[in-house]
Amino acid sequence: MTALSALVRRDVRIALRVGGGALIGVLFFLTVVVLMPFAIGPDLALLSRLGPAILWLGALLASLLTLDRLFMADHEDGSLDLITMSRTPLELACAAKALAHWLAAGLPLIVATPVLGLLLNLDMVATAAVALTLLAGTPALTFTGMIGAALAVTLHRGGLLMAVLVLPLSIPVLIFGVAASQAVIVGPMTFGAPFSILCALSLVSLVIGPFAAAASLRHGLD
Amino acid sequence: MTLIDLANPTRFLALTARVLPWLAAATVILLTIGLYQAAYAPDDYQQGATVKIMFIHVPNAWLSMFVWGVMSIASLGTLVWRHPLADVAAKAAAPIGAAFTFLALLTGSLWGRPMWGTYWEWDARLTSVLILFLMYLGLMALWRAVDDPSRAARAAAVLTLVGALNLPIIKFSVDWWNTLHQPASVMRMGGSALDKSFLVPLLVMAIAFTLLFVTLHLAAMRNEILRRRVRSLQMMQASRVAFSSELGAGSRQENASKGAA
Repeated sequence: MTALSALVRRDVRIALRVGGGALIGVLFFLTVVVLMPFAIGPDLALLSRLGPAILWLGALLASLLTLDRLFMADHEDGSLDLITMSRTPLELACAAKALAHWLAAGLPLIVATPVLGLLLNLDMVATAAVALTLLAGTPALTFTGMIGAALAVTLHRGGLLMAVLVLPLSIPVLIFGVAASQAVIVGPMTFGAPFSILCALSLVSLVIGPFAAAASLRHGLD
Repeated sequence: MTLIDLANPTRFLALTARVLPWLAAATVILLTIGLYQAAYAPDDYQQGATVKIMFIHVPNAWLSMFVWGVMSIASLGTLVWRHPLADVAAKAAAPIGAAFTFLALLTGSLWGRPMWGTYWEWDARLTSVLILFLMYLGLMALWRAVDDPSRAARAAAVLTLVGALNLPIIKFSVDWWNTLHQPASVMRMGGSALDKSFLVPLLVMAIAFTLLFVTLHLAAMRNEILRRRVRSLQMMQASRVAFSSELGAGSRQENASKGAA
């Protein structure tokens, strides 16, 4: 247990310090959202209708881009080999790394959501709904994206290929995240049903992601 | 004859060389029968002649999921038993599965135009089959991106097994979400809802398409094995050429130094 908490603390610390790049994700999120009014025009009514979708897409892309290097840096300095050889199960170590990544890169996105909601003309309730769905849904993005990160490090190849492989897996999260936020803003569906499915998706990926990532690390590293 | 005997590629090639002509002949015969029966099946009282698209569309859609299932089993073979032909099977199946999925989407949209009034609708089943198609393409991209086949095989195996989670979502999407696409009518509790005049040609076509897949898959596996042999022969030759030219350069240098002396 201490080994895992030490791993989490180490990863969060590395991500927040110089060269970590966790906060670049927030900056990217901000930039994507700011780009949208330029693409679709500064129509406030339209922006508030598309707001949840824009925020969700931005969060999806931001978490995908920061995930690319989840295992890569550890592989380059050799600490990934120590992690795979240590007595802690590799699955738990992967889960700890993903948790640390979510704390460092996922939570700031949710904290930034109210500010961005202001830019997109979302009212208080809508912003709260989007932030809540992001809070429930971004763990699923991190834990499925971790599979792609593990493949990236074993294949020495990241970027576009990983995006192509991981994005289809994140479509259900996107569907139910946006559906839950839209349910609050326009109705007539209830918020509960899509939100429960979103939580279920997060829990399922919490179980499957570490195992798949550990399997691909174990079979792929040599 | 067990599965482990086929681990020897030469034995596999010999066996498939004997089996393939029979499989191909059976596929052609069944496809002919199925197409004939489908052409002479009665028109639907509501859909008219367009119902005949079903005989192509439904087998393609079944096969699109069946092929991913075959790839998942092959991936288990790669990761768990390290069967040497498992990754060949998984790699050979991906383009065939992508083709079946594409045909299912294409015939479905051609059928949807007269029936639903639209080529495409973002309904649950259409969307999940489209995701399946994207995953096939991603998998093929993964195979092409890495030049070492065994390294690519293990990465692709992990990804295939994760993607297999999509299969139940596709199968049950029409039952969970009440959308435009009709719910299952052939295989369901309490017997098929399809009339016998439609059901028989449909089943014949389904068996014919499955045989078509098996034939194409075995042929593609043979090609993949031969391609890998050619590749290793080429690499051996290349290393021999590099080695001999290195020797040649060395002796020339020796001669030059002798001449100088």
